[in-house]
Amino acid sequence: MGELRLMKGNEVLAEAAIRCGCDGYFGYPITPQSEVMETLMARQPWNETGMTVLQAESEVASINMVYGAAGSGKKVMTSSSSPGISLMAEGISYIAGAELPCLIINVQRGGPGLGTIQPSQADYFQSVKGGGHGDYKMIVLAPASVQEMNDFVALGFELAFKYRNPAMILTDGAIGQMMERVELADFKPRWTEEEIKVKSGAWATIGKAIDRERNVVTSLEMDSAKMEANNLRFQQKYKQMEEEDCRYEEIMCDDAEYILVAFGTSSRVCQKSVEIARAKGLKVGLLRPITLFPFPKKAINKLAEKAKGFLSVEMSAGQMIEDIKLAVYEAGKNTRVEHFGRMGGIIPTPGEVVEALEEKFSWEISYGVKRYY
Amino acid sequence: MELKDIIKPENLVYDKSEVQTDTIMHYCPGCSHGVVHKVIAELIGELGIQEKTVGIAPVGCAVFAYNYIDVDWQEAAHGRAPAVATGVARLNPDKFVFTYQGDGDLASIGSGEIMHACNRGENILVVFINNGIYGMTGGQMAPTTLDGMVTSTTPFGRNADLNGYPMKITELIAQLPGTSYVTRQAVHNAASVRKCKRAIKKGIQNVLDKKGTSFIEVVSTCNSGWKMTPVAANKWMEDNMFPFYPLGDLKDGVKGEPVSKN
Ligand SMILES: Cc1ncc(C[n+]2csc(CCOP(=O)(O)OP(=O)(O)O)c2C)c(N)n1
Ligand code: SF4
Ligand SMILES: [Mg+2]
Repeated sequence: MGELRLMKGNEVLAEAAIRCGCDGYFGYPITPQSEVMETLMARQPWNETGMTVLQAESEVASINMVYGAAGSGKKVMTSSSSPGISLMAEGISYIAGAELPCLIINVQRGGPGLGTIQPSQADYFQSVKGGGHGDYKMIVLAPASVQEMNDFVALGFELAFKYRNPAMILTDGAIGQMMERVELADFKPRWTEEEIKVKSGAWATIGKAIDRERNVVTSLEMDSAKMEANNLRFQQKYKQMEEEDCRYEEIMCDDAEYILVAFGTSSRVCQKSVEIARAKGLKVGLLRPITLFPFPKKAINKLAEKAKGFLSVEMSAGQMIEDIKLAVYEAGKNTRVEHFGRMGGIIPTPGEVVEALEEKFSWEISYGVKRYY
Repeated sequence: MELKDIIKPENLVYDKSEVQTDTIMHYCPGCSHGVVHKVIAELIGELGIQEKTVGIAPVGCAVFAYNYIDVDWQEAAHGRAPAVATGVARLNPDKFVFTYQGDGDLASIGSGEIMHACNRGENILVVFINNGIYGMTGGQMAPTTLDGMVTSTTPFGRNADLNGYPMKITELIAQLPGTSYVTRQAVHNAASVRKCKRAIKKGIQNVLDKKGTSFIEVVSTCNSGWKMTPVAANKWMEDNMFPFYPLGDLKDGVKGEPVSKN
């Protein structure tokens, strides 16, 4: 059993970074995630593990510092909240294009624009569909508890290095600010220069040895045929992510007629909604995507066989619903997919979700059969 | 001397540095970029630091610098080289990290990154190629474009009311306490190349000695962008650029001191 603590989600992100042997953090303050850098600065990990922590002059600078440090083979990360992630978009695209591993954390707040500092899930599209320019994908992990905030830091780095690709933890102000019991990971040492040489010496800027070609970290390729080949290689990698690293959780889905699909904070709400609905005699289950990219298409394909309907519950106007519809379509099914969401920083209540389910699927519920279009 | 004597190794007067690759440079004939590349490659070779050097290439005509100087490189987003260099240098304090940037890259889109990297005193060398124009994208106005100068986006000449004033960013940089050495050089003739080489060498030595940021501006020609022959471009630079961007050291001191002693 690891060390047990009562901690805020944001503080845990910092602690988990130190403990997993992270080499560097670069960030810029923004609510609701400033505790990540504050915790790191207070912990002074440079004295303990040698980890570097630097407050950058902007999110544009922090993501480019990450690009530089990641290019040298180090395990590095940044964190921000929605407007800051928008500023990082170009840099993230460069990181994906240059095939560098790193961890990016988005503790979402409501938008568009300056929006609100209250929690939101409206950066789903930005996170899973690219966000920056060009054909690229990031692995996107969606924690639903403070414990998962801890666990996904190490997991995010592991996946980032497995694929040499940026990984993102997409969470929100509610989980970032919430205190829960957490079992912390044990300390792992940072990689030595020798280990980095073995692991990443083939591509990282660790200094050109006499016996090898120089390493160049770049996303630029002027030869169209070669650039297309690069793109095809990236796509192959994203396919492999879909095959090997899709993660999700099913709660009471075995006999369910209606499936709530929700991640992060809204999935916590939906756990209670499932209980309320079941008490009313409605067979409701919850599918919780843990990776938003890769999206658990196969799980939805299977559930679409029996389910009379899916309700996508999101703290947005309805973004993940598009991926659910695509998965249902790809399964050759016509199960109805509906959306319920709150915006502006409002977290839906469990009762509201059940009411929405009853209203949107009233036809199916009263006749007991699936409705076809 | 006869040919057979001239080619004897002991009579060698010039040799291409082994740190410069054999790749044919894409720069226009007469362009300053190639000369500055050559100088940097020579110094890396002479100082024996090839294995510990990491270069950060800009977006601009020098985007392919990594094809010509045989060290590890990272190609940065437009203007962000100082942030990329910060990431590399902070986590690899024993490396010699330098950025190579144009005036659009450094003084326009990347003005924030360069100010803050210099102000933090990042232990890096910055080589700043000021040719008063955006060479790569076809000769548009840069922040450094002189008043009245014709570019593709100032077809009637730069006009302060419309376009603002030419920016002496190196003078601003020299005010930042994080810098140790700030100088303005040129490479238009043999004497200036030798002087510039001494300045870059000092900048590299400062980084090796962990003295903070060294910043070398090289007032340069972009004969294609200026639409001049190489010879005419050199003359135009002497007559117009040097009076506004005077050559010489702006700060030669130590990190932590707010302003130059000179
Ligand atoms: C974000 C972004 N904006 C614009 C460009 C287009 N662009 C490429 S190079 C360049 C200007 C380069 O000028 P300078 O830095 O002076 O370099 P030079 O070519 O003169 O050496 C511009 C605007 C880009 N690549 N990225
Ligand atoms: S366009 Fe100008 S800066 Fe670019 S290579 Fe030609 S002369 Fe040099
Ligand atoms: Mg220029």
